[in-house]
Amino acid sequence: MPKLNMVQAINLALKEEMQRDKNVLLLGEDVGKDGGVFRVSEGLLEQFGPERIIDTPLAESGIVGAAIGMAVYGLRPVAEIQFMGFIYPALDQIFSHASRIRSRSRGRFTCPLVVRAPYGAGIKAPELHSESTEALFCHMPGIKVVVPSSPYNAKGLLLSSIRDPDPVIFLESTRLYRSIKEEVPEGEYSIPLGKARIVQEGKDVTLIAWGSMLQRALKAAEGIDADIIDLITLSPFDEEAIFKSVKKTGRVVIIHEAPKTCGFGAELSATIAEDAMLYLKAPIIRITGFDAVMPFSKLEDYYMPTAERIKKGIQEVMKY
Amino acid sequence: MVKNKKLIKTAVKKSVRLVRTQADSPRRATKKGINSIPAKTLKGLYETILRIRRFEEKIIEVYPAQDMKTPVHLCIGEEAIAAAVCIHLRKDDYIFSTHRSHGHSIAKGSDMKRMMAEFYGRKTGCSKGKGGSMHLCDPENGILGSTAIVGGGIPIAVGAGLASLMKGTDTVSVAFFGDGAMDEGTFHESMNFASLKKLPVIFLCENNFYATNSPQSARQPHDNIAMRAAGYGMPGVQVDGNDVVAVYEAAKEAVDRARAGGGPSLVECRTYRWKGHVGPDCDVEKGCRPRDEHEMWLKKCPVERTRKLLLENKIMSEKEMEKLLDNINKEMDEAVEFGRSSPFPDASELFDDVYYKG
Ligand SMILES: Cc1ncc(C[n+]2csc(CCOP(=O)(O)OP(=O)(O)O)c2C)c(N)n1
Ligand SMILES: [Mg+2]
Repeated sequence: MPKLNMVQAINLALKEEMQRDKNVLLLGEDVGKDGGVFRVSEGLLEQFGPERIIDTPLAESGIVGAAIGMAVYGLRPVAEIQFMGFIYPALDQIFSHASRIRSRSRGRFTCPLVVRAPYGAGIKAPELHSESTEALFCHMPGIKVVVPSSPYNAKGLLLSSIRDPDPVIFLESTRLYRSIKEEVPEGEYSIPLGKARIVQEGKDVTLIAWGSMLQRALKAAEGIDADIIDLITLSPFDEEAIFKSVKKTGRVVIIHEAPKTCGFGAELSATIAEDAMLYLKAPIIRITGFDAVMPFSKLEDYYMPTAERIKKGIQEVMKY
Repeated sequence: MVKNKKLIKTAVKKSVRLVRTQADSPRRATKKGINSIPAKTLKGLYETILRIRRFEEKIIEVYPAQDMKTPVHLCIGEEAIAAAVCIHLRKDDYIFSTHRSHGHSIAKGSDMKRMMAEFYGRKTGCSKGKGGSMHLCDPENGILGSTAIVGGGIPIAVGAGLASLMKGTDTVSVAFFGDGAMDEGTFHESMNFASLKKLPVIFLCENNFYATNSPQSARQPHDNIAMRAAGYGMPGVQVDGNDVVAVYEAAKEAVDRARAGGGPSLVECRTYRWKGHVGPDCDVEKGCRPRDEHEMWLKKCPVERTRKLLLENKIMSEKEMEKLLDNINKEMDEAVEFGRSSPFPDASELFDDVYYKG
């Protein structure tokens, strides 16, 4: 079985899905000839032609809006936004339209659309090139939010996202794009949306992470008997898996690189407090980025949750 | 999937055909052009163009050392525009810039040392070392800040124009943007609003025919950006952006009109970037742009053209030019030295300027 990085795995998923289903197509800025900013769609133009690999004008709202129209018409568009920070011009289309088409048409129209965007810091680019604002999308009913953490699950999750009858925001960590390789099988396998991945079983503490933070959680948990949950779908998230783990460990550390205030950790934490409060042996702890604009260069390392910071959090709940 | 396959095929083919970039059709300098510009102004123009060029070349020189971590969008090949526009602006006029902002900041009067320090991510930088090359800010010189969001600055320039009108000042604001930004809705919303309210705004498009690697012809149904102005009821003009006098004249007309209460204008300056979209290297080897097209534009070098113009008209001598170059080179060395030796921001500074702290 070939070992692939995440860029190659996503490329493979797109290719196989486009071969399987003629309704699947990709559109975005520079996705064709150029293969996209991160070369995720490399080679697809040659294989599928400009009818299905569509280079668009530089207009995010227009891209997502057009993708919605195609989805409503019965196609399965995958729209690529170059960086998560450039998705904001398209929020109007995502929030005002994509998320509501099923409800607005009382189920008669659906919007099976995927919007892919690279997210997160770690490549020393400031501000809008390092955004991690996944919680914005989780707040909006009607859309799903998926964040893969490895090449293998990126492929499986993308297949499920494309086949899903509802709009999906698919966030790809820039830092993970080329940093890990693993075996990714060719052909069908899908990973269901809404189901978390139990990466490691333990009994002392539950660590919940997603995307690039999973690697750091794993590192921080070395030598600790931890349950590690890789959320992979943030909306809707797998409450059952979390409750099961919390009931066992009674201690929770949530890790994300987004700012703390109203980050997705807040939702997880509140849900645990509401439904599993009596199982807790310590307060829930969040290890997160800071409530500040992502700074450039040197301060980036300080901003990101490190394995050391996560470790401290673990120690805190352990000794409570 | 597609019923009318043939129709779609030809439509697609048409849209991706590569229209050759045209540098010769737009308006060039008028006959009286150079004679009507004071010698001192011409010297100033040349100095700014050269300073921008040397700044960019300095970045190419130091970049391999890998201690300058910011992504850089170089404007080599496009220097005449920033120089010939900003020379008409006062300190209190505002400019709004893009990811390709170095030239604009330099032409508007930013300090080389503080710019270079910003590129090195140091606290002495014009954005306190937290912004990098795409987020240059210099309020004292009327630079409200460049933004990485394509098209993001254009509506803000309109707002500044409206504010200056309401406050009764006679400042103007200039929105610099590329041909790519014209794809965004913000461009069209801004043109409409500015024209409706007759605002003192100059829409200054640097048309280098590409957005990243996407040629204009793959994104727009025709390549005439200036023509868009008519639809919004404002004057639009297309000039050779590598002809410093042509840009000077067009910009003067637009700025004078705006300042006098005559409303906004769209100025399309046709030009070409010599280097890749981002980074110090050229992208032609990678097949991003046709080699002959690139070569044709190298011959239209704005530094060389301005230099020749000034020599031919005896505005400056070779010797004066050499001296100027020496001074600028020294200035760049000092700027790099200043940047490299300045301290990095402290971790506690992460929370500065998120909110007002009193
Ligand atoms: C809203 C938004 N979308 C996409 C990008 C990524 N991007 C950065 S520069 C650029 C091309 C801009 O082209 P143009 O406006 O012509 O300016 P040029 O680079 O040619 O000077 C793109 C697509 C961005 N920065 N912002
Ligand atoms: Mg351009």
